[in-house]
Amino acid sequence: MPPLLVLPLQQHIGEPAECLVQPGDQVYRGQPIARQVGDISAGLHAPTSGTVLAIEDRPVAHPSGLQAPCIVIETDGEDRGGKTATRVDYHDLPLDELCDRIRAAGIVGLGGAGFPTQVKLGCNARPIKLLIINAVECEPYIACDNRLVQERAAEVIEGVRILQYIVQPTECIIAIEDGMSAAESALQAELASGNDTGISLTRVPEIYPSGGERQLIKVLTGEEVPSQGFPADIGMICQNVGTTAAVYNAVIKQQPLVSRIVTVTGEGVAQPQNFEALIGTPVSQLIAAAGGYNAHVDRLLIGGPMMGYAVANDDIPVTKTMNCILAVTRDEMPAPPPAEPCIRCSKCTDACPADLLPQQLYWYARSNNLDAAQDYNLFDCIECGCCAYVCPSHIPLVQYYRHAKAEIWSREQQTRASDFARQRHEARLERLERIKQERAARMAKKKQALAGEDDSGASKKAAIQAALDRVKRKKEQSHVTAKNTENLTAEQQQLIDAADKRRRESSTQSADD
Amino acid sequence: MEFRTYSSPHLPVSDSVPVMMQRVLLALLPGTICFTWLFGAGVIINLLLASITALVAEAAVLKLRKRPVTTLLDGSALLTGVLLALALPPLTPWWIPVVGSLFAIVIAKQLYGGLGYNPFNPAMAGYVVLLISFPLELTLWSAPGMHMGLVDSVIYAFTGSLPEQQTLDALTSATPMDSIKTRLGLSETLSEIQGSPLFGSFAGAGWEWINLWFLVGGLWLIKMRVIQWQIPVGMLLGLAGIAFVFHAFDPDTYSSPLFQVFSGAAMLGAFFIATDPVSACTTPRGRIYFGLGIGVLVYIIRTWGGYPDGVAFAVLLMNMAAPTIDHYTRPRVFGEKG
Repeated sequence: MPPLLVLPLQQHIGEPAECLVQPGDQVYRGQPIARQVGDISAGLHAPTSGTVLAIEDRPVAHPSGLQAPCIVIETDGEDRGGKTATRVDYHDLPLDELCDRIRAAGIVGLGGAGFPTQVKLGCNARPIKLLIINAVECEPYIACDNRLVQERAAEVIEGVRILQYIVQPTECIIAIEDGMSAAESALQAELASGNDTGISLTRVPEIYPSGGERQLIKVLTGEEVPSQGFPADIGMICQNVGTTAAVYNAVIKQQPLVSRIVTVTGEGVAQPQNFEALIGTPVSQLIAAAGGYNAHVDRLLIGGPMMGYAVANDDIPVTKTMNCILAVTRDEMPAPPPAEPCIRCSKCTDACPADLLPQQLYWYARSNNLDAAQDYNLFDCIECGCCAYVCPSHIPLVQYYRHAKAEIWSREQQTRASDFARQRHEARLERLERIKQERAARMAKKKQALAGEDDSGASKKAAIQAALDRVKRKKEQSHVTAKNTENLTAEQQQLIDAADKRRRESSTQSADD
Repeated sequence: MEFRTYSSPHLPVSDSVPVMMQRVLLALLPGTICFTWLFGAGVIINLLLASITALVAEAAVLKLRKRPVTTLLDGSALLTGVLLALALPPLTPWWIPVVGSLFAIVIAKQLYGGLGYNPFNPAMAGYVVLLISFPLELTLWSAPGMHMGLVDSVIYAFTGSLPEQQTLDALTSATPMDSIKTRLGLSETLSEIQGSPLFGSFAGAGWEWINLWFLVGGLWLIKMRVIQWQIPVGMLLGLAGIAFVFHAFDPDTYSSPLFQVFSGAAMLGAFFIATDPVSACTTPRGRIYFGLGIGVLVYIIRTWGGYPDGVAFAVLLMNMAAPTIDHYTRPRVFGEKG
């Protein structure tokens, strides 16, 4: 039991999981500690009981030695679990519930790609004619699938039955390699004990890269998965045998994915062996468990010798997709000799399992002619390394392709960003234009309203005129009335004058005051 | 603990250019020995002169271009010299292989950027320059098995003087392909011509054995995966195919397919010259068309052209066509709709 477990939030293809715990929280085995975000994502579970120590950036298994957000758990050694689930018969469970259990267990493709399993199963989205269980090792040196099948044939077969039940394929093939006779007999014994229909065992020759999904489908059926497409496009699903065992654990035991089998091997390690390691176990710990390094260790590879990447440091955690840790000596895998000019021998073309023209891709990638590289199907390259392996000029071809791909991605991202900026700009212009038009419309309306007021002004004028006329007429009338006061008597006139005089005096008096 | 990091794949490399070149040279050995056996020390002199010139020229140009002179060790320059020498007649003066080799390395190879960048096969470019510039010196073939000793050959090559009581006319002899060409012009039938001692059991006397040994070496190269089968098979099929059509139509004028593929430089061309990867087609289908094209052109030049053999011209012509053929013969990518 390692004292510290480091669980990166991203161990799968898709969105990184969202952390559900705080530093200081107590967690039990199997407790969800991060949840999936969006459809293509997978959650994380505490591999054992302990305390969340930190949620911080830690070095992870990455070719560039990047750091990534991780949940760090200090284990307490008690391995307390949550509630124990009752075993169920999966036939009783509705399909949704089965898919949900697989999703909730955070299962991703354990062959190496790490694609969320429930998405791949599609849960009956499409009719599937063939379900392939892939027990063919990805690369030389790796033996984790072989080991798993030998030791847990029953779980694997039960997992296959569950997948069969979910997917309802017309046929199901478990593919194993020619050299895996112990695994074959274990599976056969297990299959013989049940009365399965439609599960067959097929051996495929040990030729790299037969363990690749597309290559395996071609070997088994002769059909080719469409370029840029998925196996489901031709009615097939391919699942790694480790994933199958994880599905069994998730559905039957209701245990989430918290451990996997990892091959620790190479001449640089004292006792090469397979381990069942908790997710988050430091690689250094596994190496120590395998007897430590030999004196001549030179390189540490995560994955196999063909596609794996060299890391500078062993202070990185085991992830869901880490199938192999390879410590090699300089004699075993010497430093690549310097690259020489391409002599156009086309050995790469003959070796390419995707039937590409690696040499042309190389020229285009080298001259940064990315459009031409894409035209030559750069993105059908699976980076298996066959071309670079056979190249007599020792050109690091895969590196050129990776670079070209990354270049194209970043260019596309820039295009998207600039498209977005342009759209925003255009939207803004449109909005401004709209506002302007609205304002103009309002003004026009107002103007029109004013114009209407002008008309009513005329009527007002008329009304005013009429009123004036009325007043005039009234005045004239009152004038007429006033005329009556003109013929006053002398007495009346005297009274008036006296009153006026008093009024004047009082007003001057008040003015004096 | 810090580890060293490299890009994948990590497995040790399986092959290298020097190893490939060494294997090609090794595969040339049986044919070369047979060639020397039949045509004498002149062959060795040509080989040495062409190879040394090629190496010196390559080293000099690399130095001028400020490139590591160790590139010389890849063996490609040596191979160019050897292939050129194997195309030359044994009685040619010393400066012929030197001039040819110089042109091949300096002009045809290094001026285009060195190994991997030359559009034309350097050895054939050098040979064609010699053939056009010095046609007389390139006809100085002796009859198989009738050759001078080593010392006489060296003296002749460098001074042009022959041993006493020996004349150049007595030494030289038409090649089987020459004789077919000239005697058909004298309206003899092919069966009459092939009755002469210049002809062996199924092709030219001696030449058939040289070709056979080059065939053996070439098959070994395919087995060792140094070359791919498409170009040799294409070329021999092209040559034999068109020869078959004309031979069936008029066997008195047109020689048999068997004669064609075992004559002149057919086998050397098919397995060692046309397969020069740098100047050949690179797509699998393209390589077949490339080979077929060479085969057909060789036949056309041999039969109706001004030269008795046509491998060099055919190879250079198809070199020109190689990029276009590559463009139109891109393989169907895995998972793409055919």
